[in-house]
Amino acid sequence: MNRVELQAMAETERNRQKAFQCRFLCCVGTPCLSAGGGVVQEALKQAIAVQGLDATVEVVGAGCMGPCSRGPLVRVLPAGGEEAIYEHMTPEKAGALVEAFAGPGCSSFPEESRISSDSPFFGKQVKIVLSGSGRVDPDRLESCVAEGAYTALAHALREMTPEEVCQEVVRSGLRGRGGAGYPTGVKWNLMRKAQGERKIVVANGDEGDPGAYMDRTLMESDPHRVLEGMALAAYAVGADQGYVYVRGEYPLAAQRIQRAIQAAERQGLLGNRILESRFNFRVDVRMGAGAFVCGEETALMASIMGRRGQPVPRPPYPAQRGLWGLPTLINNVETFGNIAPIIQHGGEWYAGYGTEKSRGTKVFALAGKVSWTGLIEVPLGITLREIVFDIGGGIPGGRSFKAAQTGGPSGGCIPAAHLDTPMDYESLQELGSIMGSGGLIVMDDRSCMPDVAKFFMEFCMDESCGKCAPCRGGTVQMVRLLQRITDGGAAPEDLEQLKELCLLLKETSLCGLGQTAPNPVLSTLRHFREEYDAHIREGRCPAGVCDLSGNSME
Amino acid sequence: MAAVTLTLNNELISAREGQTLLEVIRDHGVDLPTLCHLDGLSERGACRLCMVEVEGTSRLLAACVTPVQEGMNIRTDSDRLLRYRKMLVELLLAERSHVCSVCTMNGKCELQALAVRLGIDHVRYEALHPALPVDASHGRFVLDHNRCILCGRCLRACDEVEGAHTLDVMGRGVRSRIIVDFNQPWGSSFTCTGCGKCVQVCPTGAMVARENIAGRVEKRPDFLLRILDGRQKRVWRW
Repeated sequence: MNRVELQAMAETERNRQKAFQCRFLCCVGTPCLSAGGGVVQEALKQAIAVQGLDATVEVVGAGCMGPCSRGPLVRVLPAGGEEAIYEHMTPEKAGALVEAFAGPGCSSFPEESRISSDSPFFGKQVKIVLSGSGRVDPDRLESCVAEGAYTALAHALREMTPEEVCQEVVRSGLRGRGGAGYPTGVKWNLMRKAQGERKIVVANGDEGDPGAYMDRTLMESDPHRVLEGMALAAYAVGADQGYVYVRGEYPLAAQRIQRAIQAAERQGLLGNRILESRFNFRVDVRMGAGAFVCGEETALMASIMGRRGQPVPRPPYPAQRGLWGLPTLINNVETFGNIAPIIQHGGEWYAGYGTEKSRGTKVFALAGKVSWTGLIEVPLGITLREIVFDIGGGIPGGRSFKAAQTGGPSGGCIPAAHLDTPMDYESLQELGSIMGSGGLIVMDDRSCMPDVAKFFMEFCMDESCGKCAPCRGGTVQMVRLLQRITDGGAAPEDLEQLKELCLLLKETSLCGLGQTAPNPVLSTLRHFREEYDAHIREGRCPAGVCDLSGNSME
Repeated sequence: MAAVTLTLNNELISAREGQTLLEVIRDHGVDLPTLCHLDGLSERGACRLCMVEVEGTSRLLAACVTPVQEGMNIRTDSDRLLRYRKMLVELLLAERSHVCSVCTMNGKCELQALAVRLGIDHVRYEALHPALPVDASHGRFVLDHNRCILCGRCLRACDEVEGAHTLDVMGRGVRSRIIVDFNQPWGSSFTCTGCGKCVQVCPTGAMVARENIAGRVEKRPDFLLRILDGRQKRVWRW
């Protein structure tokens, strides 16, 4: 396939879609499917078949639409008219919906279960990475191409040198979306200059933070967006092999990516002589086996090579010596999701969003005690208050906001006093948290902070690979100390010991897991010290969560 | 090979390019403690005891995996480092059942010697005492998981020097354990050559030969270098 044929494919598909009087897009992401989305899709298809509307109405799968807790979601696109999203769909409601849209020229939307299009949940969002999610059918290449997939790649291969692609990414100010926030353009330039017989590009989809599912959604909803980003990266740095590392718990994402690779290869959009250029790029999927630490880049590479997934000391960095000794570029799946729009619209356009040092948009998985949970994409620099109270719709049940945890087990909490903090890499770090990969868990006044710290510490203890002594032994001891605090059996010196262990892990651990594992403890100690004191000195839990009678001790 | 100049504990010293900080520090008479490092094996960087302060970086660096650079200013004996070293050894002691009085390596154990050197007279952390098995199925060697500190010397010796790769690690975190082949009794292993290198390099009483138990023989972890020098450089030193 060449550039002209790609445009023709897009045109054909757009015309095909326009021919329908009405299109039903059913979310086929994991949250909606687990809420019964598959049955709803079948019911829609059946209702249409019964009414003999196959020629005028289409039912297709589409990716994530955002408010995941309201699934199964169905987007209705009548020809020429406005669109609507319906929540909590059931097979019964599906039949009624078909009835309503069956007649010719119908444009009156039934109000039942309809999500208002001016809902504040959508108002403050800017969809760049997720622009295709919920609109394209992830299992059909044509559908993705109709929305512009691979046009940025076609443009870059024809009009841009690899240096120019790197420069465009530098100009965009994009920073790594995996959590550390290293400037992507700088990384690509280093990688482009690295010497190696061959080079490799890896997409890190080993998303392990509790409650975070940005990468999964992108891989499930718009796999070609990720693959195109990887191909652009490979062109920019001179790589000819790519791996998408998908965590073992994401079978659907792996399947979608795998199918997308096959479809793209068949059409000459991946593989050899891509778009009839001299650029070759092959992509393979590698599945993890359930270890959180494999999100760390050196452990991830060990896992791809079939070894035990545990980190090795850096340097050498992957760009110097990575997979099988070859220079390797590792970026997060979401980072790759930003590349095609940047090349298509230019780095300056992208840099127009966000703040001075944190450009662009970020996808967050909004979870916990808010009315609207789900997946959101917002410009960086938006305040936490806007996310929680405007997009999230506030705390349900008349409760009050207590804190939000960003960055999962490597991050920290942000208390109510800092609700107006802009969400950018530096501001979050100043508060003792991190941007992280995008998990955002909102807690109300019924959460006990030492208990929350214990939860994350237990997670780190379970996920420590066991290689280095401070992380292996230290996390266990920290869990024991936190257990004692939440059981009411702690002495004041236990808190000192806890703080000392925090510093030990932070400063001596081998990899990021151990170095950041104390963050939840440090940040709750910083913002909610009085809760620790209440547990230890007064024997009470202010939030009423912990049983301090000591009965829960083993 | 080019020479580099650096400062070690306020003293100006020189080193060869390509050396690790640990080599340089030890060459200059500072006995930086280590447990996972062993001359002749690849570096694992796991025990974190050789962490040093280097001026200009806020992070501590593990000396065994850090190459020397011109102009480095290194400290090996700050209060912070001594405190961390002590904590790390205490964590290791709390992790399994290190009861020296009933250990065959009592008096010859590297962990014990290090604890004495660092002035550890008690352990501040809760002892975990997991109930771990002892594998005495091999005719000549015994593997006691209760004494293991997971330094990984045995599996590197088995893989890198003997070339058998009989030993590896299973599980993760605090539940990690050294295993033989696919976690089977040592005596039933077909890949084990019975060379005993793992036993010789083990710093504690986790791996011992039956003659160690009787107290007749001491371990000789330095023999690895003799093998490797002979094999690679054709130099035989006895």
